[in-house]
Amino acid sequence: MSTSALLTMRAVEKRFGGVTALGGVDLTVNAGEVHALVGENGAGKSTLMKVLSGAHRPDAGAMTVAGAAYAPTSPQGARAAGVAMIYQELNLAPDLTVEDNVMLGRETQRLGVVRRREDRGRIEEALAFLGHEDISPRRPVRDLGPGQRQVVEIVRALVGDARVVVMDEPTSSLSRRDAGHLFDVVRRLVKRGVAIIYISHFLEEVEELADRYTVLRDGKTVGTGDVVPGVAPRLVELMVGRPVTEVFPVVPRERGDALLQVDGLSGRVRPSGASFTLHRGEVLGIAGLVGAGRTELLRAIFGLDPIRGGTVTFAGVSDGGRSAPHRVAQGFGMLSEDRKEEGLATSLTIAQNATLSRLEPFSRFGILDLTARDRRAAELIERLSIRSAGPRQTTGDLSGGNQQKVAFARLLHQDADVILLDEPTRGVDVGSKVEMYRLIGELAASGKAVLFVSSYIPELLGVCDRIAVMHRGVLSKPRPAKDWDETSLLDEATRGGTP
Amino acid sequence: MSDLAKRLDLNRALSVLGPFIGLILVMGLFAVLAPDRFVSAYNLKTIVTQTVIVALGAIGMTWVIIGGGIDLSVGSVIALSSVAAALFVRDGYSPAIAIVVGVVVGASVGALNGALITGLRVVPFIVTLGTMLMARGVAKWLGDEQKVDVPETWLDTVMSKNPDPSWLVLSPGVWTTLILAVVMAFALRRTVIGTHTIAVGSNEDTARLCGVRVSRVKIILYGIAGSFAGLAGVMQLGRLTVGDPTTAIGLELDIIAAVVIGGGSLSGGRGSILGSMIGAFLMAVLANGCTLTGVPNYVREILTGAIIIAAVAVDGLRQRPR
Repeated sequence: MSTSALLTMRAVEKRFGGVTALGGVDLTVNAGEVHALVGENGAGKSTLMKVLSGAHRPDAGAMTVAGAAYAPTSPQGARAAGVAMIYQELNLAPDLTVEDNVMLGRETQRLGVVRRREDRGRIEEALAFLGHEDISPRRPVRDLGPGQRQVVEIVRALVGDARVVVMDEPTSSLSRRDAGHLFDVVRRLVKRGVAIIYISHFLEEVEELADRYTVLRDGKTVGTGDVVPGVAPRLVELMVGRPVTEVFPVVPRERGDALLQVDGLSGRVRPSGASFTLHRGEVLGIAGLVGAGRTELLRAIFGLDPIRGGTVTFAGVSDGGRSAPHRVAQGFGMLSEDRKEEGLATSLTIAQNATLSRLEPFSRFGILDLTARDRRAAELIERLSIRSAGPRQTTGDLSGGNQQKVAFARLLHQDADVILLDEPTRGVDVGSKVEMYRLIGELAASGKAVLFVSSYIPELLGVCDRIAVMHRGVLSKPRPAKDWDETSLLDEATRGGTP
Repeated sequence: MSDLAKRLDLNRALSVLGPFIGLILVMGLFAVLAPDRFVSAYNLKTIVTQTVIVALGAIGMTWVIIGGGIDLSVGSVIALSSVAAALFVRDGYSPAIAIVVGVVVGASVGALNGALITGLRVVPFIVTLGTMLMARGVAKWLGDEQKVDVPETWLDTVMSKNPDPSWLVLSPGVWTTLILAVVMAFALRRTVIGTHTIAVGSNEDTARLCGVRVSRVKIILYGIAGSFAGLAGVMQLGRLTVGDPTTAIGLELDIIAAVVIGGGSLSGGRGSILGSMIGAFLMAVLANGCTLTGVPNYVREILTGAIIIAAVAVDGLRQRPR
């Protein structure tokens, strides 16, 4: 291996208030190599990227690029030093052409008039170098597919003379074929002497593409080395090696009759052919990576996304998809992963939010008894120990954990039989998490059927009776939670398993 | 807790306080400038009567705006329903039938708005811009591009400043508006459909997640706005005593302004009927006062514009420190 370190990070630290996001990161990336950066959600990868791109300044540590000290204060500064970022959410203006996107912010101009001809040659050359002569510089980006858009981002980095290109989960939104093209492009870049920092959850990609790896855990570098065949289990071990500190309250319960049966359910893209049976008194966990299709599965069942195939059988009655109001009437309740955008109307009061899915108890001839509603909301506030000023407080004023409890309160009030939970503990403090685990257990114990989607493996293992894994839209067969451990779950989530 | 609940209700009351203070200021100003002409029972009755058309439109518009929408077609719907009602009166039907016809015509256009918005998934601004032109066109077509003259009926008295019997004090049109404002304010806060409207305007996705039939709510909302525009059209017929297909051009903007001055938020979820009524009254006072004091019309327009911006800015200041 050559010793020409192009980018180094030494003991880089970054704190936000009392929270340590990075607690000592070491990273050395050589010219002409693909360096995989892996770690679980929350291990510090995105903070690291922000430090590299100049969006955050590190509190301690040092960085160099090509031997010179590197301390960017802005994305422009990073770009000038030759460090380019390619984010998961592509930063392209769909209505501009390919060439205008590539040159955005640094157009060659005279008297304010863009001189496109002077840059077009370079852009065409870069496209040809990447093997993508099929993309015309004058086409609007809107016409391009996701794979081609990614190429445009890379061209932007190339034309900007980037020496280090950081790619964040570049294949997460690509088809298999586009991903193959992308690997091709990456290999060509490396041949040119560019260094690639490749962030990915997909360990099979890492094995296929990367030369070396660095593993982050809890904001620290915990391992680095060469990628050799069969390295994936070692990576998983490094990623997981964390003590489980959460306490999972044990709520005794018994599995009852089958209540919900899903057969070969397919959505527009994901899921594809998901099947499982959910019983009363049971918590079924669904593990998987972000973007694997877990949210889409819940939305398809609940009638928020269209169903392309398969059936949903509730209490013995089968259908090929129903609207959300119909599902609510049947006794389905759902907690959204996106509390602010979808889960709650933050400008409304606690009472309004908690009762919206079932107003009938307070309504006579369509007229609401607000006192009764407030009384009911006060009960729920008490039951879930929501810290608030009362039923009429605006939900948006509460803390994240308490907001999530309001969303839970709504499920309780709705008294749904099938409860679909999508990342219910995201952005919630540890104390509230434990309360929610208890609540989930109590709901199951009272005969409800709970489907629990989470990216946080320890809580799935701690709360669920059975767990299934979703990988790229395909759902595995559920197995008892005691047959899983962190390593096997993470392994199946990142590499897919035997269905 | 009850203390706090009171405080929170107070906060809602405060949102109406801003426009109310604005109203007092403007009235005070004209009371000083033209004490004898402005401050009189007769003039007050005039202003109140002049408020009716905009106020009726604003009741429906408040619902639409709280539901996160906008309705640009109401001005044209007023014209269309006034022409339609006039045709029935001309052909010898009872004015009561004509009122029903006006309201039904308005409700139909409104329901069409709602159906197009939800069915075609086109934003309300564009759909109602389209139906604004269509309703205007149909009004001219029905009226044969002329005013429709009608025989004298009791409809001419609904907007009269001196009602008969005189113990009514205010015209039947004003009373109708007041009663409907109270009913619709109550309905907004205290009925299922009102709650669903606020929920859809605050966060449509949340409403969907809770099983609210969002499309149905929207069709009802625009239907309500259309009905009130239709009723306003009949009032306009009573006031003008002809069905005029070119009446109320641009009036939708006055109606939207009334709602916005009254605390309505174009991003949905917030607003109140009481606020909108104050907004409508404020604009009528401004028009009346400027006429009485001989202030040219352009000054009134500049003032109205400034008040709209100031009302929203002040409301934004009140919202910020939380």
